[in-house]
Amino acid sequence: MPRSEPAPNTPNTPSGPTAAAARRLPSLPRLSPAARIGLLAVLVAVAAACYLLLFIRGSFQFAFDRRLTTLGTMVVVAFAHAVATVIFQTITHNRILTPSIMGFDSLYVLMQTSMVFVFGGSALARTDGLPKLIVQTVMMVLFAAILYRWLFAGRFANLHLLLLVGVVLGLAFDSVSSFLQRLLSPTDYDMLSVRLFGRMSNSDGSYLPLAFAVCAVVGAVVWHRRYRLDTILLGRDTAVSLGVNHKRELTLMLVLVAVLIAFATALAGPMTFFGFVVATLAYQLTGSHEHRFVLPMAFLLGLFTLVTGQFVLQHIFYAAGFLTVIIEFAGGIVFLVLLLRKGTL
Amino acid sequence: MIEFSDLHKEYQGQSVLGPVTGAIEKGGITSIVGPNGAGKSTLLTMMGRLLDPTGGTVTIEGRDVFTTKSRDLARNLSILRQENQFTARLRVRELVAFGRFPHSQGRLTEEDLEHVRASMEFLNLTALADRYLDQLSGGQRQRAYVAMVLAQDTEYVLLDEPLNNLDMKHSVLMMRQLRRAADQLGKTIVIIIHDINFAAAHSDRIMALRDGQVVTTGTIGEIMRDTVLTEVFDTPVKVIEVDAKPIAIYYS
Repeated sequence: MPRSEPAPNTPNTPSGPTAAAARRLPSLPRLSPAARIGLLAVLVAVAAACYLLLFIRGSFQFAFDRRLTTLGTMVVVAFAHAVATVIFQTITHNRILTPSIMGFDSLYVLMQTSMVFVFGGSALARTDGLPKLIVQTVMMVLFAAILYRWLFAGRFANLHLLLLVGVVLGLAFDSVSSFLQRLLSPTDYDMLSVRLFGRMSNSDGSYLPLAFAVCAVVGAVVWHRRYRLDTILLGRDTAVSLGVNHKRELTLMLVLVAVLIAFATALAGPMTFFGFVVATLAYQLTGSHEHRFVLPMAFLLGLFTLVTGQFVLQHIFYAAGFLTVIIEFAGGIVFLVLLLRKGTL
Repeated sequence: MIEFSDLHKEYQGQSVLGPVTGAIEKGGITSIVGPNGAGKSTLLTMMGRLLDPTGGTVTIEGRDVFTTKSRDLARNLSILRQENQFTARLRVRELVAFGRFPHSQGRLTEEDLEHVRASMEFLNLTALADRYLDQLSGGQRQRAYVAMVLAQDTEYVLLDEPLNNLDMKHSVLMMRQLRRAADQLGKTIVIIIHDINFAAAHSDRIMALRDGQVVTTGTIGEIMRDTVLTEVFDTPVKVIEVDAKPIAIYYS
């Protein structure tokens, strides 16, 4: 990150006004966080317009409607993953872990797998609809809520233990899923495997109004608490000393994270590293630690990645279905590189 | 006045503090001293409502610290712990500005910025205002934390070992600055301090802890005696007078 550093051996106690002014000067050409967000917003708008309007063959109305639905899904997915990951990393005081580690993706996979195992592969398509989306979301939020309640109400009110339990449960769900998948017929497995990767383009437009409403409500709650989230960056003790009800904020934020991830997963399938990538990029590019800048930045970065990726893949490589696979692949590599460089969680 | 009664803390059935009953008078500097493991930090963090007690109460001007709304309390009492680890990379100016959160809830007014400027000036940090915390020495960072606490502008200020990481010169400077905050700004300051001579030279009262109990509380003259200090620290201590000030000798 570019920044103006004072010379390392500057005498550090007294220093006249001239020295302070000289030190401030080199930082002038840097863009303010608000300007960076504005710039990115323009880029996103351009990308979205290209995606919606270029390379249309055949009926304009049909193609436009379809693309609008996909764009809507991408907005929801980008918002949910970006906001959830940034909040989650703030309240857990680390910048490596993501909500997926709490076993969300695994629970989603397990739900899909057991459904196919019990009712057969065709059940997936037959039950698609709003009720299933809501049931899935509720189940995943319940899972999170019970886990948090149990761990926070008990004697071991400890975030690291919560994370550990999340990881262990996630592994357990994964094992059960892969066991069940081995017992499936090849046809059923084929139908199932389509559901186990994120997909932007074939989600149903009828979910979108609800998804937007959920994002809007969660977004409003988070925006209202943006300054409180900043204090949580200072750690529990400092936040409490500054008058923040830390326990209440923590619980509320974990539930909001659960709602966002559950909804995005139910809508577009599991994406493990997408949130991690956009959050990491946002910290680097925003030029500020404040949530009022980092949160919009992360959302716009996520949306920009999805829209340009979809555009390029669909019209240049004719491989629209691979978008999430590529994002996850690149994201996984970034995750490993950062983890190895940092050497610790 | 901060009062605590029957205050105790246990971990896995083992008592680390109390039950203790006592009070810290309003105004001036009160130093809490005692050997390692005496429960000094436990007492201080419970007074600052950072740690829930196993039993007992703490009141500040008659208000229970554990039931009063945290936000209201934060305008009256601030506490700084020994270790501070932040997830974000912050500049000194940004850190000190956090001290205004209880008053502004994040939206800084002109008055808030004036407080931030004044408390950076108070701790000689103005020249370092735009440095990142990780570019500072341990002592400078310690001063930045204290500046944040002073910017909070509370009547009561609790500090857990503010002299940690400070060399001789900066320890003296820090104590003088705290003295000034107590005298000029009328604050009540409670500090945990390891060096009994620093405590004697700069504070108004001393509270001595040992084995989770308050052994004694009193003025400098009452505490700085051979018998009292020898009992508190469980090691032979001799008090002599240098320039009419009591100095404890305990190196022999």
